[in-house]
Amino acid sequence: MPILNKAIVFDKENFGDGLKKALQMTPDDILLTVKNSILKGRGGAGFPTGVKWVAAAATPSDKKYVVCNADEGEPGTFKDRVLLTEFTEQVYNGMIICGYSIGAHYGFVYLRGEYSYMREHMEKTLEDMRNSNRLGKNILGSGFDFDIEIRLGSGAYVCGEESALIESLEGLRGEPRNRPPYPVDRGYLGYPTVVNNVETLATVPIIINKGVEWFTSIGTEKSKGSKLISVSGDVEFPGVYEIPYGTTIAEVLDIVGAKDVKAVQVGGASGVCIPEEDLARNISFEDVPTGGSIIVFNHSRDMLKILKNFMEFFTEESCGQCTPCRIGNKKLLDGINLIEEGKCSVQYLRELISLGEIMQIASKCGLGQSSPNSFITIMTHFGDEILANY
Amino acid sequence: MLVSEVNNLTNYISMLVEKYGNGRQALIPVLQEIQNRYGHISDVAQQEIARLLDIHPVEVYGVTTFYHFFNAKQRAKYNIRLCKTISCDLANKDGIARTLERELGIKFGEITSDERFSLEYVSCVGMCDQGPAMLVNNEVYAKLTPRKVVEILDELKVR
Repeated sequence: MPILNKAIVFDKENFGDGLKKALQMTPDDILLTVKNSILKGRGGAGFPTGVKWVAAAATPSDKKYVVCNADEGEPGTFKDRVLLTEFTEQVYNGMIICGYSIGAHYGFVYLRGEYSYMREHMEKTLEDMRNSNRLGKNILGSGFDFDIEIRLGSGAYVCGEESALIESLEGLRGEPRNRPPYPVDRGYLGYPTVVNNVETLATVPIIINKGVEWFTSIGTEKSKGSKLISVSGDVEFPGVYEIPYGTTIAEVLDIVGAKDVKAVQVGGASGVCIPEEDLARNISFEDVPTGGSIIVFNHSRDMLKILKNFMEFFTEESCGQCTPCRIGNKKLLDGINLIEEGKCSVQYLRELISLGEIMQIASKCGLGQSSPNSFITIMTHFGDEILANY
Repeated sequence: MLVSEVNNLTNYISMLVEKYGNGRQALIPVLQEIQNRYGHISDVAQQEIARLLDIHPVEVYGVTTFYHFFNAKQRAKYNIRLCKTISCDLANKDGIARTLERELGIKFGEITSDERFSLEYVSCVGMCDQGPAMLVNNEVYAKLTPRKVVEILDELKVR
C-alpha cells in the first residue's frame, strides 16, 4: 500500500538515479551536500545526519559499517513498512551512498522480527541489484564495493535504540550502551558505525538527485523536507501520508478524515498527547517532533485506559538494565491501577509526575527518557477528567 | 530426549554454525532458525549452541530469555500472537481475544492439549492502520473480525 496523499519528496519523479549521481561525486562532496541539506534523523531523535556521517568519516579505521534501523517498533508507526515494500531500492541506495561517503563497505538492515514476512521481497531486491551491478563489487563501474545483509530482530522494542541494536547485531541482549563513545566512534564490533532510520536513508538519494536548494525549500526554518506519518486510531482513512514539516495537526486531521477529536498522540507511546485545544500546533523539530506515529482518539475514549495501555507496553519493553526505567515505569503503572481503584490522591499523582520527570533525566537511553512523556502530558491535560471519573 | 534426537539437533546446529560462522554474531540468527524449526529453544539446544559457538551456556540462556520471539518452553505448531498495543486495542482487539479463547478453549499464555495452537499477546506489530492484527508464527493477519478469525482457525486446523 503506497503513500495515500500526494507525495512531496517520495514522488517517483524525484528519484532519478541518485546512486549513479552520488558515485560520480567525491565522498567529501556528498558529506557536504547532506550537511547542507540540514537533513535530520527521521526515527524520532532528529540528530543531523550530515554531522553523524562527517564524524564517522573522520574516524580513522580499516573497517566501518552502515546500519539501516528498520526496527520500527514505536506503537502506531508503520511508515518504514511501506518504504521497505514500495521503495526498497531507494533505502539500499541510501546505505550505499552513506558507505561511499564514510568509507564503509558493508551494511546491515536490522529488520524487526514482526516484519520477517517482508524479508523475501527485500532479499530479492538485493539480488536484482547485485545482478545489475548496483550492489557488490565495483558498483556501476565506480570502483566502489559495498554489500548489504539483512538481519532480523526478535521482538524487542528497545533494539530500536541504536546502541542496543548494535548489541543485538553482535549477538548480545539488546541492552543500550553507555554513550560516549558514540557508534560513529565505536559501534559494531568496535568499528565506526552509522545507524540511520529507513526514512533518513531513503531521503538521501533524492536529495542528491534534486539538490540541496530544492530540498531546503520544503519545510520550516529548522526542519527541512517532509515527514512520512503513519496515522491510525479514530480516523476514516488510516495509513501513511507525506506532509511538509510545519503542517499543523489540525491540517493532518483534515486530510485523514478525523471527526470528533478529543486528543492526538503524536510520536507513539513515547510521544506526547496533544489535546483538542492545541491542534494548531505543528509537526516539526521546533514544535512537535515525531518519528511518524499519529494516533487519534475521539470523545468516546477513556484517556486513562489509553495511558494504561502505553504504560503496560513500557513495563514489558524496558530492558531492565537501569533503575529509573525498570522501576519507574512499574511505579507509574501501579499509579494508574490505583487511580482505577479510586485510591490515588492528587498528592500522590503529583509525586508520580515528578517521578516521571526524574526518569526523563536519569534513564540511560531514550526508552526510559521518553516513556513518562505520555503519562505527564495525559495527566496534565486530562487529569481532572480522569480523577472525576474514577 | 532420545539420543537420536539429540544427534539430529547437534547436526542441525553444526550445519547452522557452518552457515553463519562460529562468531558471537551468529548466535541470534542460529537461535532464530532453531526457534522456527522446533517452535522453541530447548535446554539441550541452548547447551549445544553454547558448545559449538564456544560461549558459556548462561550467555545463550540470557539472550534466549531477553527476546520476546524466543521461547525456552515448547509452543504449539501454530503460535498465535495477538497485538495488544493501542491502535489494535482501539479497533477492539478484546473482541478478537475473546473469540480466540472461546474457539480454542484456552486462555492467553496456554497451549491446546493437541499442541496445535498456543495463544500469546504481542506488542505492536506495525499493522496499526489495519487493526486488529495478529501473527500466526511469522504470518500476519490483519483487519480481523470474529468471523474472519474462525475462518483462519478452520484453515489452520486442516493445514
